[in-house]
Amino acid sequence: MGKVLMKGNEVIAEAAVHAGCKYYFGYPITPQSELVAYMAKRLPEVGGLFLQAESEVAAINMVYGAASAGVRVMTSSSSPGVSLKQEGISYLVGAELPAVIINVMRGGPGLGSIQPSQSDYFQATKGGGHGDYQIPVFAPATLQEIVDLMQDAFDIADRYRTPVYILGDGMLGQMMEPVEFTERKAAELPPKDWATTGTRGDGGPKITNSLRLDPDDLEKHNNHLQEKYSKIKENEVRFENYLTEDADYIVVAYGTVSRIAKNAIKKAREKGIKVGMIRPISLWPFPEKPFYETRENVKAYLTVEMSAGQMVEDVRLAVNGYKPVHFYGRTGGMVPSQEDILAEIIKMAGGDQ
Amino acid sequence: MMELVFERTNGLTEKPTHYCPGCTHGIIHRLVGEVLEEMDIIEDTVGVASVGCSVLAYDYFNCDMTQAAHGRAPAVATGIKRVLPKDRIVFTYQGDGDLASIGMAEIVHAAARGENITVIFVNNAIYGMTGGQMAPTSLVGQKTATSPFGRDIALQGSPIRVSELLATLDGASYIERVSTHDVASIIKAKKAIRKAFETQKNGLGFSMVEVLSTCPTNWGIDPKESLDWVKEKMIPEYPLGVYKDVKGGK
Amino acid sequence: MEPRVVFNEELCKGCSLCISACPKNIIYLADRLNSKGYRPATVTEQDKCISCAACGRICPDAVITVYRPKKK
Repeated sequence: MGKVLMKGNEVIAEAAVHAGCKYYFGYPITPQSELVAYMAKRLPEVGGLFLQAESEVAAINMVYGAASAGVRVMTSSSSPGVSLKQEGISYLVGAELPAVIINVMRGGPGLGSIQPSQSDYFQATKGGGHGDYQIPVFAPATLQEIVDLMQDAFDIADRYRTPVYILGDGMLGQMMEPVEFTERKAAELPPKDWATTGTRGDGGPKITNSLRLDPDDLEKHNNHLQEKYSKIKENEVRFENYLTEDADYIVVAYGTVSRIAKNAIKKAREKGIKVGMIRPISLWPFPEKPFYETRENVKAYLTVEMSAGQMVEDVRLAVNGYKPVHFYGRTGGMVPSQEDILAEIIKMAGGDQ
Repeated sequence: MMELVFERTNGLTEKPTHYCPGCTHGIIHRLVGEVLEEMDIIEDTVGVASVGCSVLAYDYFNCDMTQAAHGRAPAVATGIKRVLPKDRIVFTYQGDGDLASIGMAEIVHAAARGENITVIFVNNAIYGMTGGQMAPTSLVGQKTATSPFGRDIALQGSPIRVSELLATLDGASYIERVSTHDVASIIKAKKAIRKAFETQKNGLGFSMVEVLSTCPTNWGIDPKESLDWVKEKMIPEYPLGVYKDVKGGK
Repeated sequence: MEPRVVFNEELCKGCSLCISACPKNIIYLADRLNSKGYRPATVTEQDKCISCAACGRICPDAVITVYRPKKK
């Protein structure tokens, strides 16, 4: 299969189908509605099911039910809708059910705007719902990367029995780019012998559950979750280093903002500023290593986000006071321009190059 | 020589329930268990427990069980039913706080879609697990922890009659309200539960049995008086009977 | 005689619903406690039991097993 020109939201949907996901439960919300419409048409073609739920709350609980029955399942939404899903996501974590959740982020708080944003970084990486948990979060920057990450997302969900987030923004959802759906060998995954599908032929009753009334029991369960998170931290960190080898300064950006930042970095290099970029692809687990490797040698970092400053906190933790960490952000659906970022790089470099 | 007339059903596990003495949840559990056993569908069934007193139902039914968030059991059941092979049976077991308050959207839409699931709706006019607060089904004038002066229509509105409400939806195939206040009612309740599961087995769509139940602890009366309270106070407000029976032409 | 009605006393919570349902009024709460601290329901006049199973059907805790003499 060669390259095809597709819209971001549709790429997300088709990539999920290629990753073996046949079941989708969701609720329409801008700017990801094309994803819902695509799934409605596409899933019956592969013998799957698309069901429009009465709300985001119902949708995530349908996902919980389908996941408990052992199938690959996903839902998608945008920021206000993802807030509504938080209860169900916490239950998915508690009951250790695999699922993939797409958030095509828009400006907030409240109903906010329908323009692109990265304002749900905290929600995705710091819990979001109640309880003491983490969820793997992946942030693609190109449509091709969506295709590649989607298979990983479903495999990670199944391997670790956890929900997984794919975080995009309105820009990524709406842009068109050529993509290629390359067929990948299926990952070796443990059997879903925990699924509640009826006991016929598989021994005694099983239970899908997140309630553990005995504190000792719940602490054991939470310790088990933490062990799982340690393994995910060991194995599933993803990032891209761009021109960091000789860099005096490093820009940190993820998702679509990283694409704008790349152009600003090229311009800065033309002006003689040696600047590179660390692009976290997994937002949780956050890639700390590229910071450990650069913080001795670079002069400063600049985090650029479409938020008032969220990922910058993780950057500061990773840099750990070794060097200054600057921040530049736009919010509310405003997108930082190449010129804005260039100006910030120049400011960080201490002059008017 | 003796022969067996009545024994504990294999549709229930051996685990003793946590329900208060005289609480009729236990009767309703048993009826569901007996129906699963008699229809020989224990192994084909996935039950969905809700939040409230029946939250631990997953320990009591002898089939695969999934525990759902408060009110969301019909959505969870939808997810399960829609992805499993057609011969699998899925039921929810929900109380009145779970189903008629926080979960009203999920139950209405599951019924409207004609989800081929069975809902066992236990109505005892109060929140039990949290300590006796007013439910959407609490009677007018009923004193609870959160209606200490009695449920007042001007302040708290009127009780919701769920069976009547859902019967208006085309997707609902079988809806009956039954009671557990005496042995004859219990035998009728079991027939209704059987009919609801048969409705699902025959692929006819959404079925629900609303079972009037007791809460001696939070009503503050003894188990026997509680049965009388169901008969004298609840049934006039919640009349028993079949509200929808598509196959039976109703 | 072999008993017609048998109580799994450990499961009984002493709620007495079986007492109210028994048409022969032969069920009573025993003068002893089970391990949960409840006085379990019991029957001594087994010969008066008509094996109607009303007690079993109203019992919330599936405590009761009922037998009847086999017809010859």
